[in-house]
Amino acid sequence: MNYAGLNYAALFQATLPETALEIAAVAVLFVDLAFLRRSGQKLRTDVAAWLGVLGCIAGIWAVCALPWRGFSAGNDVLLSAGGSAGVAQVAVLVLTALTLLLLVGCEFTRNPGEYVAVVLMAAAGGLIIAAAQDLLIIFIGLELLSLGLYVLTAFAKKSGQSAEAAIKYYLFGGMSAAFLLFGFSLLYGLSGSTSLPRVVLGTYLASARGAAPLLFVALVMVAVGLGFKVAAVPFHFWAPDAYEGAPAPAAAFIASVSKVASFALLISISDAILQWMGMLHMTGRVTFSGPSPGAAPPRVAIGFVSLWPLILIVLSVASMVLGNLAALAQSSVRRLLAYSAIAHAGYILLGLAFFGWSNVSAQAILYYVLTYGLTTIGAFGVVGVVERATGSGRMEAFAGLHKRNPWLAAVTLILFLSLAGIPPLVGFWAKFNLFAAVLTASHSPVSIGLVALAVAFSAVSLYYYLQVLKRAYVMPGTDEAPIRMHPVTTVVLVAIAAAVVLMGCFPGLLQGWVASFYA
Amino acid sequence: MLAWVIYISFAGALVEALLPRGKNSAARWFALAVAAAGLALAVAGFAAGWGAGREVLVDAVWVPSMGIHYLLAADGISRVLVLLTGIASVAGILFSWNIELRTNQFFAFYLALIGGVYGVFLSFDFFLLFVFYEIAIVPKYFLIAIWGSTRREYGAMKLALYSFAGSAMVLIGLLAAYAASGAHSTTLAALAHAGLPAGFQLWCFPLVFTGFAILAGMWPFHTWAPTGHVAAPTAASMLLAGVVMKLGAYGCLRVAIGVFPHGLDRWGFTFLGLGSWREVFALLAVIGIVYGALVALAQADFKFVIGYSSVSHMGFVLLGLMALNQIGLDGAVLQMFSHGVIAGLLFAIVGRLVYDRTHTRQLAELETMHLARRLPFAAWAFVIAGIASMGLPGFSGFVAELQVLAGAWQAKPWWTVAAGIGIVVGVAYTWRALQKAFFTDNVPAPHVLEYEHTHQLDAITWPERLGVALLLLSTLAVGLYPRILLEQIEPAVKALLAGGGQ
Repeated sequence: MNYAGLNYAALFQATLPETALEIAAVAVLFVDLAFLRRSGQKLRTDVAAWLGVLGCIAGIWAVCALPWRGFSAGNDVLLSAGGSAGVAQVAVLVLTALTLLLLVGCEFTRNPGEYVAVVLMAAAGGLIIAAAQDLLIIFIGLELLSLGLYVLTAFAKKSGQSAEAAIKYYLFGGMSAAFLLFGFSLLYGLSGSTSLPRVVLGTYLASARGAAPLLFVALVMVAVGLGFKVAAVPFHFWAPDAYEGAPAPAAAFIASVSKVASFALLISISDAILQWMGMLHMTGRVTFSGPSPGAAPPRVAIGFVSLWPLILIVLSVASMVLGNLAALAQSSVRRLLAYSAIAHAGYILLGLAFFGWSNVSAQAILYYVLTYGLTTIGAFGVVGVVERATGSGRMEAFAGLHKRNPWLAAVTLILFLSLAGIPPLVGFWAKFNLFAAVLTASHSPVSIGLVALAVAFSAVSLYYYLQVLKRAYVMPGTDEAPIRMHPVTTVVLVAIAAAVVLMGCFPGLLQGWVASFYA
Repeated sequence: MLAWVIYISFAGALVEALLPRGKNSAARWFALAVAAAGLALAVAGFAAGWGAGREVLVDAVWVPSMGIHYLLAADGISRVLVLLTGIASVAGILFSWNIELRTNQFFAFYLALIGGVYGVFLSFDFFLLFVFYEIAIVPKYFLIAIWGSTRREYGAMKLALYSFAGSAMVLIGLLAAYAASGAHSTTLAALAHAGLPAGFQLWCFPLVFTGFAILAGMWPFHTWAPTGHVAAPTAASMLLAGVVMKLGAYGCLRVAIGVFPHGLDRWGFTFLGLGSWREVFALLAVIGIVYGALVALAQADFKFVIGYSSVSHMGFVLLGLMALNQIGLDGAVLQMFSHGVIAGLLFAIVGRLVYDRTHTRQLAELETMHLARRLPFAAWAFVIAGIASMGLPGFSGFVAELQVLAGAWQAKPWWTVAAGIGIVVGVAYTWRALQKAFFTDNVPAPHVLEYEHTHQLDAITWPERLGVALLLLSTLAVGLYPRILLEQIEPAVKALLAGGGQ
């Protein structure tokens, strides 16, 4: 990185969305502490949540309305704009706003201002990693996001479970961050650069000269770090505990926003690899320059191109199998959602492993993560409402839901069926889109076999989603008192369910919107 | 116009779901009105399509980036099956007139299921067809799990998982075919004409065919059918046997055979005497015919007899498909209609007319109840339905099975011989059930007579009579004048066999 030529005006413009979130975070804290200290809990929560939503709206405006210039230092792009980064940033902001709205009516904390501020800062971290093109910036963004998530997990201070989950999450997270950093340092050592495209090229050259084993080690380290973020097996152990212990809006945030941002980062990495492949494709050869120009040309083209997909495939298969099978045995809805999240991460990793030309894969993956994030927020919203009414998050708490609140039951039906991938709901299109992208990118027995595995396991998943719906619609409840929802929660949940149905019936809408960022 | 059968069913389902609780009577009449409107449209579409061949109803690009079309069309096969769905849905509502538990939800799920079924029969885009096919899974689950009887949650979950596993196989085949064709279109015609390599078709065909055939009750994937039918409430078992199993058979015909015709080619080697997928599936169909009939003969539960008889009768459909000639396929489609009507009638008699009054389905207990005297209407309805089910002349089953057997004889005579055994056993199990349930010859003791006199069974209601009449007339009409359907079926089958009918 060449710091001498940094253009700070450009940097400010490129990071305007993040700035908007930070300003909103400070404003929330200030308003809460300066004006509302003596006000009621309810008012403080409402004001904090709505201010946070305003910040998100300002951020969306900043992403969409300003020209997509990105930010570069010298020839190295540090932050990209538009394309996958743009889609992911808008998604992060929209999903953050929705999780903030779910906060209205919640009473797990006496410090709503601090909660919202932490959410907004974590979301800013999400925005950074969605756009980052440089190893150091990626790491900073990831840490900003992760630290926020640890705090959010622990935010229900009266709940021992919340604290336990946060400690587990933090220990796992710290460990995996160390792995990631170590992997990054190895990559830097191999390539002499921290800029993603240069890292790809540099490591290719290095591995051609015999450093392949070291590259493999580095990539596994990176996979550990990122696998932790997306909760891929075998780095998933934190997920069920965090999903169960965290307050419901925080769990929704972890399950959606953090996922979107992390997968956007994985897309950036895959994109960098593809661009480099494109270069090779066009020139037909790579000019070797370095300490020994006379060295023999590479015998085997080992590099990102073959190792990275291999690692992703292993993670993907393990996640699909273990996530789906473990979800079968759950009796707590949150843990069920956690294992299903692991399974969904497995499907997405499959899309990343067979990453194709011409943005098709990137768009399919973003479509999947986005709709998955939206559906999961709704699901956690439902869980939160049921937990507040019954005091339990176990499946039995859902019994007789259709009598206690028909709207809530209908929302549950739509969201869980969408997660299972039943048409005409959006979850089905996401899966179809993704698997079609995998097969268009690579039409080989391996890819067909893996897609077959994924489809087969999504058939398995119907069983555990139906377990929840069975409670909601079939089994009679012991308690038949109606469940009341806060009007804002009702509106948010119904809107999410309506979006899931509408986007499912008109899949072109969202696809067109995603594609518009690539124009 | 025919496309409206789909829309009014879904709209009806939505309205039912939003109806306030407690308006049971309104919910019933509304559902009947929606189903009757669907039947009227189906009849009108059937008449309007007389001799018209394939007509496109709607063609719009649905998902431009993937070339998915919202393509609804109807040829003779579609029109016949839409007509069947119309008849079955009206009859089903007449037989669920006594549903008092969560009535509006019952009819909401019911109409949603009907809408999905209509959609499958009218879709000529692989993808659209698949969407409607999966839409039908969820209502089935809830219909059985909420309003069912014996082991309802087990039966419902088993049915849902079998269906979903089957549709997963279809989806894999669909994805692979879409990627392999490179046609950037998912209409059945585009896929059929994409020139998919024969080697590809050889592995993709059995995947898709089996996926659909699971829902058609193909042995050995039939086990969901008896448990599901028995667990389901009357109207749902009528629909399951009457139209949902046809979804599977229809998918086998329209998609598997229509899009992957070379999947039926010979492998070039033989394994256990089998040389092609055609022979494999024909063997499974024949096993299903004989096995279903034999197992039906041994059942103690009246409804299980009918459940296994469905497996046996659907075997004829699959056998007709594998005959792969004009007469065999004609027979298969006709058998779909015929079984839809007859099985619906049998399930209605067992589930509604008998079980709802006697509260037992055990043949051993029914034997002691002298139902022929106490429920003469049910007894005679079952006699006629049983005769139709056995395949006696004058009823639709006769024409259909005759054509299937003729087609199978042209293809491989031994298939016909083996299937003939199934027919003989079919006579036996129907006779046995009839005799045990209704016509026992032991003379009741005086005190029993007195007891029966004081404990009258509820009289047969008008909706029940109407439903029986509707189904009986349908099977009689087709049995006496099969041309009424065959005029429509034959050209469509001919076009399908020629490969240009998509």
